[in-house]
Amino acid sequence: MSTTPPTGPFAADAEPAPILTATALRKVYAGTPALDGADFAIAAGETVAVMGPSGSGKSTLLHCLAGIVPADDGTVTYAGRDLAALSDAERSALRRREFGFVFQFGQLVPELTCVENVALPLRLTGLGRRDAERAARPWLERLEVDDIAHQRPGEVSGGQGQRVAVARALATTPRVVFADEPTGALDSLNGERVMELLTGAAQDSGAAVVLVTHEPRVAAYADREVVVRDGRTRSLEPVGR
Amino acid sequence: MTIGHTLLGLLESGPRHGYDLKRAFDERFGHDRPLHYGQVYSTMSRLLKNGLVEVDGIEPGGGPERKRYAITDAGVTDVAGWLTTPEKPEPYLQSTLYTKVVLALLTGRDAAELLDVQRAEHLRLMRELTRRKKGGDLADQLICDHALFHLEADLRWLELTAARLGKLAAEVRA
Repeated sequence: MSTTPPTGPFAADAEPAPILTATALRKVYAGTPALDGADFAIAAGETVAVMGPSGSGKSTLLHCLAGIVPADDGTVTYAGRDLAALSDAERSALRRREFGFVFQFGQLVPELTCVENVALPLRLTGLGRRDAERAARPWLERLEVDDIAHQRPGEVSGGQGQRVAVARALATTPRVVFADEPTGALDSLNGERVMELLTGAAQDSGAAVVLVTHEPRVAAYADREVVVRDGRTRSLEPVGR
Repeated sequence: MTIGHTLLGLLESGPRHGYDLKRAFDERFGHDRPLHYGQVYSTMSRLLKNGLVEVDGIEPGGGPERKRYAITDAGVTDVAGWLTTPEKPEPYLQSTLYTKVVLALLTGRDAAELLDVQRAEHLRLMRELTRRKKGGDLADQLICDHALFHLEADLRWLELTAARLGKLAAEVRA
């Protein structure tokens, strides 16, 4: 597994076939359907914005796609594998090695420095501390936060912390990045910079990005959008456009 | 945008020929819509007639006479007045989109589909502007941001209307 940021655009080599698909997903919470026949597909190197009103099922869709929660019905297929057919341990390994996550509030480990936070997922894949931190540094540089490498999350601004969170999500060179309202806690300028860096770095490394957002200006960084309404999805554009 | 006030403002830094004024305007504000020479000369004639500029010199050139214009004290006062007067916010009360939604409901057509198609079109333009912004200088970024914020406001209206479609249908059909 490569742990340094690749250079050059990946788009030209992107596979047109979807890397992650969901078909007819249903998920019910306490008798209320959060997903009610949702479909989804994303190609490698593609960024898709998942939009919709509050409570429409956006985050539930993301959680099902990432294998964090199982759907009650329907299928999620990643790189040809049905997630429901994997054991819990296999799904956890998949999330560690092939998926990256960015949340609204970076969810960095407060006791660790920024470089240690970025190195953390690499250590979980078996790299030693020194190698993991060495591999983490280029990602901090790519996200323009190498100057705060040795500070703790509580000592940096919200925008810097979110860039560290993006670096952490990309450090294992995942094939799919799940970003749930990644700019929701940031002002416009910081939000835009985070989106430029997230989509730019993901595109360079060939990662697909599932971007859940309710902000149209954030969604405009994606290649296309999927709208979720009452647990159902709608897309007016083809996969991998 | 008021071309006259903009040209006057550009003249405040010193006298310029009509050609230089056009070039300065196009560089800073023209972007997709450069000025025609005719617009420059007709505007300058009007400003001259109103005493807001004066001819500072005339140089014979290869073509028509090249006039050099200078702003007058009255012109400076006019620019200052324009800059300090707030623009009237556009209320958009006669929205074509609203009319289309109501007509779709009245005629039994699919208003939700209309809103979805419009939303996709808005977001397509927003993506285009976002790409342009990424490759542009600060002036480009600010101009694109202005358009993006307006399109975002439209999109929020489209979302809100989609959420209220059932209630609106009941009202217009009552």
